[in-house]
Amino acid sequence: MQDFTQALATALQMIVTLDDGLTRIVGLSLRVSLTAVLAATLIGLPLGAAVAALRFPGRRGLSVLLNTLMGLPPVVVGLVVFLLLSRSGPFGVLGLLFTPTAMIVAQTVLIVPIVASLARQTVEDLLVEYDDLLRVTGAGPLDTLTTLLSEARWSLLTTVLAGFGRASAEVGAVMIVGGNIEHATRVMTTAIALETSKGDLPTALGLGMVLMTLSLLVNFVASLLREAAKR
Amino acid sequence: MLRRSFISRAALGCAAAVALFGLGLGATARAEERFITVASTTSTEDSGLFKALLPTFTAKAGIAVRVVAKGTGQAIDLAKRGDADVLFVHHKPSEDKFVAEGFAAERKPVMYNDFVIVGPAKDPAGVKGSTDVADALGKIAAAKAPFVSRGDDSGTHKAELSLWKTANLDPAKAEGGWYKAIGQGMGPTLNTAAALEGYALADRGTWLNFKNRGGLAVLVEGDKRLFNQYGVMLVSPAKFPHVKAKDGQSFVDWLVSADGQKAIADYQIDGQSLFFPNANEPGV
Repeated sequence: MQDFTQALATALQMIVTLDDGLTRIVGLSLRVSLTAVLAATLIGLPLGAAVAALRFPGRRGLSVLLNTLMGLPPVVVGLVVFLLLSRSGPFGVLGLLFTPTAMIVAQTVLIVPIVASLARQTVEDLLVEYDDLLRVTGAGPLDTLTTLLSEARWSLLTTVLAGFGRASAEVGAVMIVGGNIEHATRVMTTAIALETSKGDLPTALGLGMVLMTLSLLVNFVASLLREAAKR
Repeated sequence: MLRRSFISRAALGCAAAVALFGLGLGATARAEERFITVASTTSTEDSGLFKALLPTFTAKAGIAVRVVAKGTGQAIDLAKRGDADVLFVHHKPSEDKFVAEGFAAERKPVMYNDFVIVGPAKDPAGVKGSTDVADALGKIAAAKAPFVSRGDDSGTHKAELSLWKTANLDPAKAEGGWYKAIGQGMGPTLNTAAALEGYALADRGTWLNFKNRGGLAVLVEGDKRLFNQYGVMLVSPAKFPHVKAKDGQSFVDWLVSADGQKAIADYQIDGQSLFFPNANEPGV
């Protein structure tokens, strides 16, 4: 019990004093996860909608594949991206290993399947209403996707938030491709892993509380937007 | 249709979103910073040595040092892939092999510390105060007391395995589940030993900086075989042209210079030095 009270005290102290190390880590965590979510949304939403609404060969196989990839272990994604970006790997010349960009790439790969699969389900449900209308108006594939995604936009917000949750919570991928380098690639989750390694459990737990508060803020902002749009 | 409450709420929402994202953009590391990448071990990182040492070097040379801290085995693998400019580990046979294979031109000794065996206060194996590590390990095996091993091909792990050899024991063949190889760094190993009330081999630096000791204490120390030497190498620019040879060499040279050696000696916790500089000692 003492660990938990100490953790809470540490967390509050870090937040209130706007601890410099904490601000940097929080800033990088947001930058990496929000960018990854943006990229994954741009790729995943049209992909998911296409699998739901359009007819093309291999459609069912792609749907099953996307569902399966939702269970990709973050550490495996990290390892694969590491091997691709390593100097000895195919994309080594880019020199991206141990940079925030590598972390963004890894997290994007991780959450595209989630965003795509959930979008597919949302659009499929919507199609029950819209199928006839789209067929009667003779909408082409691009119009179909745009219409469906636009109609479903507030339901899809939950999908995007699920993606953000997965990205901001994972440690396996960013640890391997980022290297947890102080002042460069250390994010909230890798900082928690490090403090645990040093046996400083109250600080680790305190950082965990800060991370959850951050997540809460992001979700709160999203719900504000949704509420505002619905009026 | 657009009521004031909608506008104000939307504005609030958007402003908060932008603020959050802006916070993220503003607080990132500058990409144009001059830096080198050093592959090192968890003992140099978890003990707090780098945190104490690197700012001194950066202030002097204007070169930031980005440390990727893994076990020795993984650090060497990183260096062999050309993903690091400098290698700083603690297993001489592996380091000599690294140089022999052409991945570095030379290896320089930097500092040493020692390993200790930590264990529970009640000490079921009865090894407290021993200065004979082989004998102590024999007692732990005989008592089938829980022993937590790094199991991760690190310098500490390799040292541990060679110590079991000097005691003529092979823990891999141990029965009864008392030998637990967890495949993780020094910190998690100590966390596990504390929770299990078991024994573990630790480097003194990480131990002194470790905060979750539970009922663990240093039980065995002082045996000459527990000596732990660190070496540093610049990854060969002949093998990897992209390596930052000049800046990497600056760091290597600083570590073995009088300034660097003093900075290492000055790092203390509660008046106790964690690492002892010995760059000028022959034969290490």
